[in-house]
Amino acid sequence: MKTQRRSFLQHLGLASAAALMLSMPFAAQADALDKVQKAGVIKIAIPQDFPPFGSLGADLKLQGYDIDMANLIAEEMDVKLELIPVTSTNRIPFLTTGKADLVISSLGKNPERAKVIDFSAPYVPFVKSVYGPPDAAIAGPADLAGKVVGVTRGSTEDLALTDLAPKGTSIKRYEDNNATIASYLTGQVELVTVGNIVANAVNDKTGQRPMAAKFAVEDTPCYIGVAKGETALLDKVNAIIAKARADGRLNEFSLRWLKEPLPASI
Amino acid sequence: MAYQFDFLAVFDYGDMLLKGAAFTLAMTAVGAVVGTAIGIAGGMCRAWKLHPLDWLFGAYVELIRNTPFLVQLLFIFFGLPSLGVQISEWQASFLAVVVNLGAYTTEIIRAGIQATPRGQIEAAQSLAMGRLQIFFHVVLRPALQKVWPALSSQIVIVMLGSAVCSQIAAEDLTFAANFIQSRNFRAFETYLVVTAMYFAMAWMVRYALNVFGRRVIVARKPQTRGA
Repeated sequence: MKTQRRSFLQHLGLASAAALMLSMPFAAQADALDKVQKAGVIKIAIPQDFPPFGSLGADLKLQGYDIDMANLIAEEMDVKLELIPVTSTNRIPFLTTGKADLVISSLGKNPERAKVIDFSAPYVPFVKSVYGPPDAAIAGPADLAGKVVGVTRGSTEDLALTDLAPKGTSIKRYEDNNATIASYLTGQVELVTVGNIVANAVNDKTGQRPMAAKFAVEDTPCYIGVAKGETALLDKVNAIIAKARADGRLNEFSLRWLKEPLPASI
Repeated sequence: MAYQFDFLAVFDYGDMLLKGAAFTLAMTAVGAVVGTAIGIAGGMCRAWKLHPLDWLFGAYVELIRNTPFLVQLLFIFFGLPSLGVQISEWQASFLAVVVNLGAYTTEIIRAGIQATPRGQIEAAQSLAMGRLQIFFHVVLRPALQKVWPALSSQIVIVMLGSAVCSQIAAEDLTFAANFIQSRNFRAFETYLVVTAMYFAMAWMVRYALNVFGRRVIVARKPQTRGA
């Protein structure tokens, strides 16, 4: 008799635990902002091996544009910050399973992702531009006629450049970013089309042939990811981005990590 | 596995494929002619031990035959500009093919020349043949006859190996394939078509070399044919 009763109680316990577990995600989804403010801690997923967004510095502390952004959000919400290092493949699952409140991890927007999470306003530019010697007079696509431009074959910037380039432009398509950069550094092409982050990294590492941005062929900024339907939290994040943009803090981040002022598109 | 094959997506880029094939064939033709010329000069210097040219050709042969073709190509295209030698991607590709084939043909032709018994040259001298006559009829022609199959194979090998020229944006057949595949995402169809094209080209080149060998190299030498 005794054992039977215990097992009944166990069943009851399991059932209520199950009910609790089922109800929890809904409760959490209802007001993530409330939860964060009550706990006094915000969990933000960030990259740890992707400079200049997030990487370990010489002092073994995380640093980068995304880390600064996470600090800014926590500061503005007046809560403590808990950084969760993620990779580019698991950053969205961290958000959808509630292990992170926000994803600030150089996250680009696309329709597949938009089905499972929500996106904030853009907070960092990711511009693919035509680069060339500082003194080259290239102001727009029309000036490319008669020029030799290197680009990485099949990349999104290749498609954008192919669309924009006028007749008479000679586009040299290389196997990967390294070959594209090498073609410019060795003078095999007059201009190249690469991302601002790649160009800055190259300029940092070598003074062989400086790369100056001429004009953008593609602008695919990064966004902060918020769990689907968390409108209160999303509004709060957007308000913080707008404020930081207005008071120049985003521009500071851009100058510090991307070595160029924040473009008007952000 | 309900993959829908779409070969039209490849043939939309037919012009590009033909241009790429023409580039590859042109590279092979120039490589074959100039490379064989280098091979004849180098093979002679090596076989007859003409110092110091034979040492130079020896170093050249060892250097080229013991390094990858791709590295030679990248060195010419990305390395030489640091020394002030700026050449375009097609010039770099042609040069790399010529330099590479030249090293292999030097060894092949040297073997052919060495296989000609010394006595034949002495016999020719005793018949009062001129030096040029001896060179062409007693040395070169028999040498080429002996090594022609090996030479043809090497030319075809270099043609197939020239696919790596696509790495420096030279627009050969492989570049066309990679480009098309990056636009239509039809990897199976694109590479299948290009594989068939390479096969046909290799077969054609081999056939042409066989015919050339029979008509020009072996001609007027009845004793070597079923005598």
